[in-house]
Formats: sequence, C-alpha cells, structure tokens
Amino acid sequence: MSDPLSALPGARYAGLATIEESGLQGMITLRGDLSSKTLQKAVKAATGADVPSQRQIAVATGGAAAWMSPDELLLLVPYDEVEQTTSTLAEALSGEHALAVNVSDARALFSLSGAGAREVLGKICPVDFDPAAFAPGDFRRTRMAQVAAAFWLDEAETFHIVCFRSVSQYVFNLLKTSAHPQSRVGVYG
Amino acid sequence: MLILECPYCGVKAEETELHAGGEAHLKRFGPGSSDDEFHDYLFMRENPKGVHFERWRHVTGCGKWFHAARCTMTLEVFGTYTAQTSAPPQEIRDAITAKRPGWSWREFE
Amino acid sequence: MSTRLATQGRLIDRSKPIEFTFNGTRMTGYAGDTLASALLANDQLLVGRSFKYHRPRGLVASGAEEPNALVGLGTGDRFEPNQRATTTELFSGLSAQSQNHWPSLEFDVGVVNNKLARFLPAGFYYKMFIHPKPFWKHVYEPIIRKSAGLGQAPDRELKDADTYEHFYYFCDVLVIGGGVAGLQAALVAAKSGAKVLVLEQNAHWGGRAPVDGGTIDGDYPEAWVEQTLAELSAMENVTLRNRCMGAGVYDHGYALGYERLTDHAPGQGGPRHRMWRIRAKQIVTATGAIERPLSFAGNDVPGVMLAAAMRDYVVNWGATPGKRVLVATNNDDAYRTALTLHAAGIEVVRVLDTRETGGGALMEEVRALGIRVECGRGIAKVKDGKCVTRVAICAQNGQGGAQEEVEADAVAMSGGWSPVVHLWSHCGGKLTWDDAQAHFRPDPARPPLGADGAGFVVAAGSANGPLGLGAVLSDAAEAGAKAAAAAGFKAEAKPAAGVAQDEAPMQPVWLMPARAEIDLRMKAWLDFQNDVKVSDVQLAAREGFESVEHTKRYTTLGMATDQGKLSNINGLAVLADSLGSEIPQVGTTTFRPPYHPISMGAIGGEARGEIFQPLRKTPMHDWHDANGADWEPVGHWRRPYAFVRAGESVKEAVSREILNTRQNVGLLDASTLGKLIVKGPDAGRFLDMMYTNMMSTLKVGKCRYGLMCSENGFLSDDGVVARIDEETWLCHTTTGGADRIHAHMEEWLQTEWWDWKVYVANVTEQLAQVAVVGPKARMLLEKLNAEAGGGMDVSKEALPFMEWKDGEIGGFKCRAYRISFSGELSYEIAVPASQGQAFWDALMAAGAEFGVMPYGTECLHVMRAEKGFIMIGDETDGTVIPQDLGLNWAISKKKEDFIGKRAQQRSHMVDPDRWQLVGLETLDGAVLPDGAYAVGSGVNANGQKNTIGRVTSTYHSPTLGKGIAMGLVKHGPKRMGEVIEFPGTDGTVYKAKIVDPVFYDKEGEKQNV
Repeated sequence: MSDPLSALPGARYAGLATIEESGLQGMITLRGDLSSKTLQKAVKAATGADVPSQRQIAVATGGAAAWMSPDELLLLVPYDEVEQTTSTLAEALSGEHALAVNVSDARALFSLSGAGAREVLGKICPVDFDPAAFAPGDFRRTRMAQVAAAFWLDEAETFHIVCFRSVSQYVFNLLKTSAHPQSRVGVYG
Repeated sequence: MLILECPYCGVKAEETELHAGGEAHLKRFGPGSSDDEFHDYLFMRENPKGVHFERWRHVTGCGKWFHAARCTMTLEVFGTYTAQTSAPPQEIRDAITAKRPGWSWREFE
Repeated sequence: MSTRLATQGRLIDRSKPIEFTFNGTRMTGYAGDTLASALLANDQLLVGRSFKYHRPRGLVASGAEEPNALVGLGTGDRFEPNQRATTTELFSGLSAQSQNHWPSLEFDVGVVNNKLARFLPAGFYYKMFIHPKPFWKHVYEPIIRKSAGLGQAPDRELKDADTYEHFYYFCDVLVIGGGVAGLQAALVAAKSGAKVLVLEQNAHWGGRAPVDGGTIDGDYPEAWVEQTLAELSAMENVTLRNRCMGAGVYDHGYALGYERLTDHAPGQGGPRHRMWRIRAKQIVTATGAIERPLSFAGNDVPGVMLAAAMRDYVVNWGATPGKRVLVATNNDDAYRTALTLHAAGIEVVRVLDTRETGGGALMEEVRALGIRVECGRGIAKVKDGKCVTRVAICAQNGQGGAQEEVEADAVAMSGGWSPVVHLWSHCGGKLTWDDAQAHFRPDPARPPLGADGAGFVVAAGSANGPLGLGAVLSDAAEAGAKAAAAAGFKAEAKPAAGVAQDEAPMQPVWLMPARAEIDLRMKAWLDFQNDVKVSDVQLAAREGFESVEHTKRYTTLGMATDQGKLSNINGLAVLADSLGSEIPQVGTTTFRPPYHPISMGAIGGEARGEIFQPLRKTPMHDWHDANGADWEPVGHWRRPYAFVRAGESVKEAVSREILNTRQNVGLLDASTLGKLIVKGPDAGRFLDMMYTNMMSTLKVGKCRYGLMCSENGFLSDDGVVARIDEETWLCHTTTGGADRIHAHMEEWLQTEWWDWKVYVANVTEQLAQVAVVGPKARMLLEKLNAEAGGGMDVSKEALPFMEWKDGEIGGFKCRAYRISFSGELSYEIAVPASQGQAFWDALMAAGAEFGVMPYGTECLHVMRAEKGFIMIGDETDGTVIPQDLGLNWAISKKKEDFIGKRAQQRSHMVDPDRWQLVGLETLDGAVLPDGAYAVGSGVNANGQKNTIGRVTSTYHSPTLGKGIAMGLVKHGPKRMGEVIEFPGTDGTVYKAKIVDPVFYDKEGEKQNV
C-alpha cells in the first residue's frame, strides 16, 4: 500500500474563522440497536466513549461516538486502527443484527475555529447557532448549502465538519466564501 | 416554507432539509390483487382541503421517513409520528379532534 | 424650480459634498442624500419617462413606493436597471441614467404615444395585435420590444462583479420596521426577555415621526428615537439592522430580510447584499403607512408630489420641488406640509381642502399664518408640461369647470393614508375596510396562521390603522406585548406618551373633481409607472371586468415594479364606483412578496462561480484533469468523456480508446458507480423484492447482474450484485443511481417492511474503483503482482468470470470483480479512496509496456453498445419495462413478488404491440441520428405519419467500422432483416435494417477467458 491521502490535504483558510482540513480520520458507520448492552460495550471498547444521547457526540481519549439516527452511530477512531477496530466491532456484534463498516475514506473532515465560526456556518446551514441553541457536545446532521453535512462543536468552540469526500472541494470553497473577512454579520458576540 | 419536527432526531426541520413523500398509510397491493385494487394503490390519492396525512423524509438529517398530520388549508401541523405504523396513533387523532372536531379522512387499515 | 434650501436637512451633512453624475452631467449632493433628494437639489425634477405614453415624470414619493424615479445605476459589470432614486443612498462617483426615452430625457420620440393616448386605451395590446397573425412575430413584437420595457438589461457578456450571501437566523420576535412603532414594539418585547430582531429598510431609524412632529414623552420624537435605540442596542437579546428590508413573510414564521451592505459604499469589499432567512416565533409588522395620491387631471406632471414626501424632502434633506406650492388635500395631515413649507420660507399659494367644513386644529394653525385655505375645492387640472406652471381650481363636488387658475411650480397632494399591509397579507392575513380612514387595515381576528394554528403576525402602529402619534405608540406597545406573550414571554405593554394635534375626519376622494368630465379623467393617473388612468379602469369595468384581479391584468394597474403601492386603493375605488359596488366587496389584489424588488444576486446567495453547484470529484479527478479529460457531467459528478491528446479531436480520442481497449488494455475510473452494502438476516429476502432476479440464491463469492424496477413496473436501475457472506451483499448501482437507490431501499425498509432485519450502508465514496479492461488486462495485473512479490491469483481458474475476491494486487489491498461491461476480459478493482490515485498510477506505470490507456465514458458507451448491453437513461426513459428490452432472462419466474411485478401484469404492459429492443444498422454504414423516430404506413389523427419505433443509442463503431444503433421497434424482434425508415430533422431519410442488438462477439467468448 502507498501512503493514504485524505480528501484535501493541507487545505487551510483564515478569514472570519479558520478552516482546516483535518487529515485522515478513522470513521466507522455502525448500525444496530443502540439500546443493546452488547453494542454499548462494543462501542466503549472501540472508542472509549459511551453511546451518545440523541444529537450528541460522546468524546473520549482517542475516540468518539456521534449520534446519527436512532439506529446509527458514527464512531471516530485513529485512522491506522480503523480496519482492525471495524473487524473487532463486527466480531463483538456477530451475535446480533448490526452492521459496522469503515467509511473513513468516504468522508472529509474539516475544523472551523475562531470567533466567527458560528456565523460562517449560519450562512450555509438552516440551523440556529445561537450559543443557547447549539452548545459544545451537540452533533447535527443537516444541509450545508446544496449538500448534506454533519458537524459537532467541541469545548474549545471549534466545529468539526464531516462531508462526503467527493464534495470536499465544494465544502471547503463554501466555507471559505462564508468566512470572507469583510462579511462579518456580528450577531453572535 | 414548512417546519416539521422529525420524531426520530427531534430536529424542527425546515422544508429544505426534508423530502416530501406523498400520502401516508397506503396499503401495498402486489401480485394476486385485482386490477382495480392495484390501480387504486398505484394512482389514486386523497386530495383533501383540510386534515391530511403525509409521508416526509428527513433527507439531509437523520435520513428517516416519518408521518405528518397537517391541515392542507392552513398548514397547521397537528403532529408528526413514526413511519412504522399503518394508522395514526391515538394521540395524533386526539390532537386533530381537538382542533378539527368531526374531521374525517379515508379509512385506515 | 426645484432647489436646495439654505436651512433644514436633518439627514444631510453639508460639510461633506459628494460628486455624482446623472445622464452624464456632473452634480453635487451631500452625505446623507438619497439620489432623489440630490436630484431635487440639483433642479433635476424630470427623472424619467412613463412606460406607455413616455410622459415626462418627476419624483412623486420619497421612499420605496416611488413609481417614477427609476434609473439605471452603475456601469459595466455593476450596471443595474430600474433602481429607485428614492431608496438609493448617494455615494461619491455614483452614475445614474434615466430610462424609457430615446433619444434623450428632454426630447423623447416616444412621446407621440401621448398624443395617441385616446387610441391606446386599456387592453389596447390585446385588441390591436391579434390580427393578422403573422404580424405579431415579424412586425408588432419587434417594435413593441424596442419601445416598451423598463430600463436596459445588463450586458449579457458581463457577470455581476459583486458577491452575495444568505444568513439563517432564529428569533422569538421579529420586528419589521424601525419607525417609532417598530422601536416601541421592540422595546416592549425585548424587556420581556425575548430574543428580538429589528429590521429597518432605510439607513436611518425613526421613520416619519421626526418629520411629522409632535412629542414623545414630552420631547422631540427624534430624541426619543435616539434614546430608545441606545436602550435597545445595549440589550443582549436585541439585534438591530438598518438598510435591511423585511421583504416577505411566509409559512410557519419564515421571513426574508434583504440587507444592503455596500450599495451605499461600493468598493468597501465583502458581499453586496445579504439575504436573512429568518425563523421567528412571532412577527410584528410595523411597516407604517403610505400616502395616497389624488386623482386629478395632470397629477403626473413633474412637481406634483405627495404632500408628506414634499415634507420629507424639506425636513430630511433641505430640498424642495418648488418655491410656490399649492396644497390639495382631503385630510388634516397635508396641513403639516403647508406648515413645514412655510417655516422653510417656501410660499404656500393655496390649500385646497375637499371637505366643505375643512379640517381641525392644523388648518387653523395654517390659516393663522395668513395662508389661504379654500374648503370644498379641488384641482380641476394641472397644466401639461415638464413642470408645474398653472393649476386650475374647481369645486370638488362638480364636473371640473375651472373657477380660477393660479400660478404655482409645485403641487402637494394628499388623498389620505393606507397602512402598509403587504407583510401582514403575504402569508394569508386578512384585511378589514376602515370607513373612517377609507383604507384597508389588518383584521386582527384573521391573522396569518403558524404551525400551531395560531396567528404569528401582529401589525403595529400605522401599519395597523392608527395614524395619530399617541395611538401609534400605544398600539405598537400592545403589539410588542402580544407578540412576546405569544412567543412565551411575559411582557408589559407600557407605551411612551405620544402627543400630536387632533385631526378632523378625512373625506374619501377617489376622483377630483367628483364628477370630472372624460377629458379630465383621461389625464387623471392612477398608476404612474404603468400609465393607467381613471378612464382605463372605468373602461375595463364597462367591458365587463368585474374581478379586481382581472382588471389589474387587463389594465396593468398595479403590475409595475412598484406593485401598485400608490395606485391600488385609488384604482379599486374607481372600479368599485364604476361597478356600483362597495370597496370592501371589490377587495384588493393579492399581495405577494417581495415587498420591494430585491436583487437576483441576493436570492442566489453564495451559489455562483465555483460554488454555483457542488461538483463531485473522484480520487483520480485531478489526474484526469491534467491528462486531457474532456469532462462530461453525470449528475453532480464530472467524468472524463475521453482523454484527448494534443493534436487530436475528441472523436478521434474516443476511437483510439476503443480500439486500444479492444486490442490492448484500457483503464476506466469507475469510482462513481454506486456501492451499497446490504446486510442482515432478511437481506436476501429483501433483495429478492428489490430486484427482478433472485438474489437470495446467489452464492458467496459470485456476482449477478440485476435489474430494479419501480412499483409501476418501469426499469429504474441496473448493476452487478456480489454476495459477500451469508448475510451480506454488495449492490452496484449506476453512477446516477447511488443515492436514489439507497433512498429507495431505505424507503421500503422503513415504511413497508420495518420488521425485516436489514441494514443498508452507502459505501460508494469509500472506494476508488478502476476497471482494467482488454485482452492484456490479466498480464498487467500479473506484472503488478510480480513487481510486488506476489498477490491475488487473477487467473481464469482462481477468479473466473462473474466472481469476486479479496486480496492484494500490486501491494494494494483490494476487492476484484470479474465483471465486464465491454465484452472484454475485465477486472473491476476497488481500493480505499485514499489509495485510489496511487493505485491508478501503479496501473499506468506497469501497463506502459502493454499499451495501457485511460478511457472515458464515451468509449464505455460505444463498447457496451457493440455488445448490445442496455444503458439506464438511454434504453430506458421511465416508460420502459425490462420485457421491452429482451431482459426476460433477468426476471425471476419463481418469485411470488418483487417491486414492479404486479405492474408488469397490467394489460398495457403485456401488450404484444409494445416497442421492443433491436439492433439497427444503416444500409450505408452511416450513423443514425440519436432519438430519431421510425415511421410506418398511414397517418395519425393529426395527419402525422405513424411512428413505429425510435433510436435509443447510436454510435460509430470503430471496431466494426460502421454505424451501429439500438432502438425500440414495434414487433421488432419478429422483423429481423426488415428495413425501416427514420426521417432526420435535416430532411434526410435514413434507412436501417433491423438486426440482433449484439454486434460484437455474440458468443461472449472474449469476456470469459
């Protein structure tokens, strides 16, 4: 194998907020019964995190679990361990109806940080980004201009944005346009 | 532009996140059904002025299909509920009755 | 003449002169001017020509309701037609051109229409241009197009140089309008703790109050505005936006705000306009009221202006349209204009009050200044011309016999006030007729309804009917409290105390004089922009147009870019009178958003240039781009149509790719093909429902070509399915089908068979897939493996046709499928997307000695057509069933049910006359035109030749050296060898023989080696 390439290596832009492609990130789509003890145990083993509640992300050291739908999680694990973790997970869940699949390469991951981050996303997503409405730990799947996207906010007020790999250039350009230094809206402090 | 609350992820989603899927609670007719049954299943739809039951999918959100009961005239939403049912649950029917006493729709299965 | 006054002008800064040009003439205004006030100050009263008669037109209003002063603004890639001078803030270097005239504003040839006005009544175009029919296209339309229309379209070669954006915002209470009512409502709502957004369309806050006078809490209104703004600004839960118009109110609390960021300061950088896409729990419309014109002869002569607008120009900008002004009114408010003019040193030659008993305290104040007030009088006629010179006075209650003529250079008119109910009405709010004020106002009992079935719009201040300052403020406070309460907050309606003079009742006046003769009515304008007069509406009524909506379209009343802001009520009052009906019975036309025209750029937002639309790229996209890819859009994907080399045409490249793939080896980037994993104990059963074939019996390790239909039987998608393990299948879809088929599967799983245990995951983008195709494909892969020191056995025995295997090729972890869409020896190899480019590079490098070349979608298409393989979207169009395509072998007879099975039993689906797939070969080797229809004997009911088939795919085959095609032909398979005719669009008739659709390697030996 040769060195794997992320979707948009090194892409970065600093305007109202700073946008950076986050590089390779191990991601696993896990579908199954989220209330199952076996599944919860397997998720914990894979990511160190508990199964998150609705529209939340549970972050642990080196891993995280995000709520995608009532029967789907997005697990974040180190990229170089993702295949092994996927197999282990599948093994652990072999006794019940579940599906674990490595989707790391199907996605692009961006970070969006800085004071203008909420506004930048507010230009392209029909979501309330008021700090009272969207807080660290919140995870949301929605429309980003013309494509589907998901994001969460961490404790450092940095958004992490997941989109499909094929539209990574579109999403980066979209964020860049929205972060134009002279386009500050000025509603979130 | 409507807002419907997705009963699966709790998002009050605006219409651009949703995909409309037509009339709810259709009974599928397959091989063995009469021509009339199949014709009605495939083509005939309610078009009420008032209470209506529809299918929607939270397409850029959690991806789940759900049902919505709403008034086609005022766009009032009486409630949204799971797609895994062939008839609206009692609390939805009650919510409609509270607002539109004497309402009717086609027969549920 | 119009001029700048030495005093007044609260909004201008005389220390900051600003240069601009109008029709190329250099002029000077001040910071704070609008283009309209600056033109007035530069004695440019004449601002345009009317739409139909090309009559000279001047400013009538001071705000968004202005019908006349439309100009072309800017130049080159920033040119924009139909911009209102009244809503355009002056900036240095502004360049404006007047519209609708030729050759010049002062002298316009089109004015001849004015002389012909008698022959251009309502509906003229409908009546005149019907006969003779050919004249329309060749004579009438070209002439009308040249002489009509508002402004010039921007240069088609130039792109708008500016950028735009959207912004989603959520609040409890949205207040539209930043006049005293809006500010009062916002203050009350904000104090309750609600999150409040206030929008004001102008640069300045406070609306009319600072001009109209009175006191608020014992101080000047301006002082209260300033203090209230400061208070609101200091509140965390309040956002204030000026230069941001509430453009529309829509379902479920959705509203649009149109923010003009740089129109007043071009070159500042950043987006020009921002469209606020607002969701509010409650909306307060504090949009004020608009003064109505009076309908008298010559009311469109430049210098005739709304009384309040004239007051605005004097107080706000120190500009006046004249020095000797006549005031005509049916209400007390216009006396404020007389007082303002007098205070500014402008002579008020007369006040004509239509009311026999005149007005109240304000009239007495005017009289006390020695100004002559005449009651029961009106204007018979303003003398025609480019400016006001003489005004004939008559009894309001007569037919227009002039009793006196006076000299004046401007006329201030007031026909009463109409609340701006647009935003209330956009989403279904109903109106009620107020007899006392002679206007429609919001009916609080019938508001627009939100998602919960309760009202979500509250009108406030004069937008709700009340016109006095005190009443406006208390109404607004109540509106603010009501909105906050409905949004879930506890608010207290504590209004500021507004004090203004009491006013006497107004008198409805719809025609001046009341029984004006026809020659006066033909000069009494209702709609200034569209040139609709009282006589036109009366004619429409006589011709039987009873509905206000029909009358609007017949006469074009209210159809101009101002959407009848001035003309609406006057027009429907005339209509009601003509019909012998009451105004409330006639009703209004429908109010539609936007309130005032907004830019297309703002609607499009960020979606332009490289982000106009998402472009989907495979991991090898950049390589393709650097290696001559001629791109073809496939959904949002871009796929190489062919890889064009230097000195080669696209057509030549396609031929080269085909021959090389058939003789050596070619590479196709197949990453865009959909890949869906379907897993679960019920997955086999589920796929048996999804596909027409049996998928549950597919053995692990094997592949099977499958067809999917919609429930109405039509072929929807196809692809190869691979069984991965006992519970898992991988389904390939077409490039365009990945998301659609994924959604299709989820739909059935979620809404019909929700108890079935199946999970689906779309892994399309996880994998880069390369088709290695051609007789030397195996040699290439074996060489790669040799270089890597071993790898997957790709021999016929180890990996036979229609099987798949996991392993390593050339050191890349992969899954290889022995499937073929070309008829050649072919491997489709999937590697992780992150390895896609590296794998492609390795194939290209190792393949050099075998003559490897990449190939594009056209090569793929031709090769599949040579093999008679169907293509979704070519052979199918949503009306074709698999049986039409000779695919019965792929339809299971054993299965009781699958999606589409029942539909395929319907009478029309089993009709033996359905067109069926055949191959077509021209007699001379030429290529049949795509989509051409075959004709048979006889004609149909329309006298057209009967059609018996059509071409679905057609190509030149370089392999066979001739044209090949597929088509659907009636009884086709039974007519092998027959020659049928395809008339082309160029007059040529193509003759083609019906043949077997498989043109190449009929036995299928080449793919199975």
